[in-house]
Amino acid sequence: MSWRAARLVAHRTETPTARTLVLEVPGWPAHLPGQHVDIRLTAPDGYQAARSYSLAAPADGDRIEVSVQRVSDGEVSPFLVDAYREGDPVEVRGPIGGWFVWRPQQTEPVLLVAGGSGVVPLMAMIRGRRAAGSRAPFRLIYSVRTPEDAFYTDELRRRVRDDAGLDVAYVYTRQAPEGWRGEPHRLGLADVNTHGWPPELEPLVYVCGPTAFVETVSDLLVGLGHPARRVRTERFGPTG
Amino acid sequence: MTALPYVDGNMLDGPLGEVFAVDLSSATARCANCGTPGPVAGLRVYSHAPGLVGRCPTCVEVMLRLVRAPDRAWLDLRGATFLQFPMPPDRPR
Amino acid sequence: MGIVTPGFQGRPRAEAPDLPPGQYLTPDFPVLSAGPTPRVPRDQWEFVISSETGTEYRWSWDEMMALPQETPTVDIHCVTRWSKLGTTWRGVSLDTLLDGVDTAADYALAHSYGGYTTNLPLEDLRDGQAWLVHTYDGDDLPAEHGGPARLLVPHLYFWKSAKWVRGIHLTVEDTPGFWETAGYHDYGDPWREQRYQGD
Repeated sequence: MSWRAARLVAHRTETPTARTLVLEVPGWPAHLPGQHVDIRLTAPDGYQAARSYSLAAPADGDRIEVSVQRVSDGEVSPFLVDAYREGDPVEVRGPIGGWFVWRPQQTEPVLLVAGGSGVVPLMAMIRGRRAAGSRAPFRLIYSVRTPEDAFYTDELRRRVRDDAGLDVAYVYTRQAPEGWRGEPHRLGLADVNTHGWPPELEPLVYVCGPTAFVETVSDLLVGLGHPARRVRTERFGPTG
Repeated sequence: MTALPYVDGNMLDGPLGEVFAVDLSSATARCANCGTPGPVAGLRVYSHAPGLVGRCPTCVEVMLRLVRAPDRAWLDLRGATFLQFPMPPDRPR
Repeated sequence: MGIVTPGFQGRPRAEAPDLPPGQYLTPDFPVLSAGPTPRVPRDQWEFVISSETGTEYRWSWDEMMALPQETPTVDIHCVTRWSKLGTTWRGVSLDTLLDGVDTAADYALAHSYGGYTTNLPLEDLRDGQAWLVHTYDGDDLPAEHGGPARLLVPHLYFWKSAKWVRGIHLTVEDTPGFWETAGYHDYGDPWREQRYQGD
């Protein structure tokens, strides 16, 4: 697997601290929802830094999308969110990962559980489901600090309306929107029970978020009777 | 919520993809310490280190170490008794 | 060298004349870890030097703290290329701990709570070159930086300064440790850029 030259062709602001980058990568092979890429930056003196980012959209020719959350004391993410300009090059390696993926041939119910920017690979699955015309029932439980921190808010609202068989439930940990019923809280057993699938339906579960969030959620799910092998996880550490 | 210092074995695909032609994240590895088999993608990988250290999610012993020099790589698998890969069916010729 | 991305600088780094080759300065103190952080209560902590004949020399926390203490200010160099200048520690010189240890060994294998190991020539632990430190920058050494106590051997790459150190085996033969068995150099002199085996 080698590094490929890529350049920024478009970008979208997702939140005050996150941005989606659309990169054109000539010769890009197809990828699956859930896979990620390594992005490498090189400074004029040859210094290099590489980070992994989940792909946010299904395969689309030579174009790939990643959504990057700025980590305040990070080295790479502040550049990608605030300073990286259209037309400028980076290097990309991938697609990477054969485990945390959703294939359009899959028909079983799917539960997606996202913590913060962990929603990115799960959004690729939701978009991939739509693109493939899949009827697999999908549920997303999305834990965010405040409404302002949620990625893809308008598109998710639209998809719930237009994509039959997709449900989205939010859990706010710091501050809920006006008129929200219930208090801000950490995602718990009741949320998974109410908004997930019972283990008897044999769903496939994908959990993505910070390591501690993934630990908590996968423990909850296994405690509810989901076999550990049906709970696929992607943790991300504190690299920026 | 405290940041725990490891990530999933999924992240090994890029670095190991330089070494192997097969996709390791869909392989199964058996822990030499506790005997539990599981997907390589499910290892706990400590990456803030001089190399990558993959630990068993059950007993936390080291199963895999990968060190990358500019011109060489070392892969130490003494903590794993086997790696099992999915392969395309062998057809009679 | 890869394709340069305009505007990307990376983390602040400066080449200073007092830095070993290939290193850059960092104002931070990065936390590196190859496994879960051990939490060792001081009343259960002990430090053991075992000689090649099997004789053991043990110190409890209180016994170690009752030994003469030193306050070295040293530069540290991590093999992942960051260096930090003028760091101040407090602890016991290895000369003090090795004084009275009867040995003809040439090598040392430091071992830690949590299972980490690293090897060094015994002479690199002597003559004011190495300490068992419990204080960093005036405060108790935090667990993520190796507390309650770590080895400090600043003239070698920092992976030799074992965190959570529990003891030292003195050996006749050199026994490669955790990183040394996976490609890293047995000695690790930053000024000769001995990062990997064969460097």
